[in-house]
Amino acid sequence: MSENGKGTVAAKPRVATTSLAGCFGCHMSILDIDERILDLVEIIDFDKSPINDFKVFQEQCVVGLIEGGCCNEENVHVLRDFRKKCDILVSVGDCATMGGIPALRNTIPLEECLREAYVDGPTVHNPSGEIPVDEDIPLLLNKVFPAHEVVKIDYYLPGCPPSADALWAALSALLSDEPVELPYSLIKYD
Amino acid sequence: MNDEIIFFIDGVQVTGRPGQTIIEAADEAGVYIPRLCHYPGIEAWGSCRVCTVAANGRPCSACTQPITTGLVVENDTETLREYRKSIIEMLFVEGNHFCMFCEKSGDCELQALAYRMGITAPRYPYLWPEREVDASHPDVIIDRNRCILCARCVRVSRDVDGKAVFQFVERGPEKKLTVNAEARLKDTDLDVTDEALDVCPVGALLKKRVGYAVPVGERMYDQEPIGSDIESNTDAAPAAATEVEA
Repeated sequence: MSENGKGTVAAKPRVATTSLAGCFGCHMSILDIDERILDLVEIIDFDKSPINDFKVFQEQCVVGLIEGGCCNEENVHVLRDFRKKCDILVSVGDCATMGGIPALRNTIPLEECLREAYVDGPTVHNPSGEIPVDEDIPLLLNKVFPAHEVVKIDYYLPGCPPSADALWAALSALLSDEPVELPYSLIKYD
Repeated sequence: MNDEIIFFIDGVQVTGRPGQTIIEAADEAGVYIPRLCHYPGIEAWGSCRVCTVAANGRPCSACTQPITTGLVVENDTETLREYRKSIIEMLFVEGNHFCMFCEKSGDCELQALAYRMGITAPRYPYLWPEREVDASHPDVIIDRNRCILCARCVRVSRDVDGKAVFQFVERGPEKKLTVNAEARLKDTDLDVTDEALDVCPVGALLKKRVGYAVPVGERMYDQEPIGSDIESNTDAAPAAATEVEA
């Protein structure tokens, strides 16, 4: 999928990553593969990702790593874009697989959450009592959704964050066209 | 008087005693049947259905079904594994299970079963029910977000502690754990030393101020899957090793 059809040297498979409603902890775990990241950049090129700060997709990617679920309309937009531009999408971490900490608000009505954050909270100073609404601020969704409730997800790496070894095992398998089968020690939800 | 009952689990001959259920005889023989509501030594309940086996072809809960001579039990089959997996996944979406900060993580039987079954994400949509937390008691907290209605605490409080602190109210999706008092847990005669607190398979009943004491890596299910202790049961009857023609 990575051939650009221009007859240049065979391009390396491209990997894109994003952090939606997450805390970037999963991206820290990607960096936590330590010196193996040197092996990784030998065999792949990063496309759109916070790691290289590319804001837009350069080409079709083989693998897309999704950190975080969807808490606002921008998350949904980015996730759908990733689904189009990546052959294989992987939910990385508990937020992408089950909503995670942001989903704690799912049992509380959205209006109540906003009032607590901007009006009623004990540390809030907001004399006008206004709740921010602006077309430049992505609209919040009524609930936080795990990635697979928005687009099709091909593989899941649970964990908060998934360990560097789990990420490495999954990436190695995907890049060598093998199924992702995590051993017992690498499936953890915490 | 014949005090041996010979039956079969997945084609392997197992010897049990009269009055035993399938799960009790299987445990002694070193055969692990996944379970959640079952707890040794207390009244069988049979509500979670995780221990569903096929006995002479009929699905039944291994924790309530007595063994009989010649009974043919299917346990570790593709179909049953799939049933059990879907039950575990349903339990995850029916409650609010946030493993990443739960004190019980690593020691949780629900989580451990999911690990053992290799579940990376449930196939069903999350329901995000509204559940009440009761932190009124000075030493104990009830977090119903994590309660899976296994009734272990109900049975142990009633039959072992002799207090009947816990009970269920409502039915179906509304069913919830409640306490035997006008209002809250602090109004019951629950004590922090009650055995009912030690049998909760999940993080729904927790003692205060003792969480996170065991480091990650050393908790109950960090290294070995749930059921490993039963599978390595060295008291297993020699007959258990005898393969029988199907």
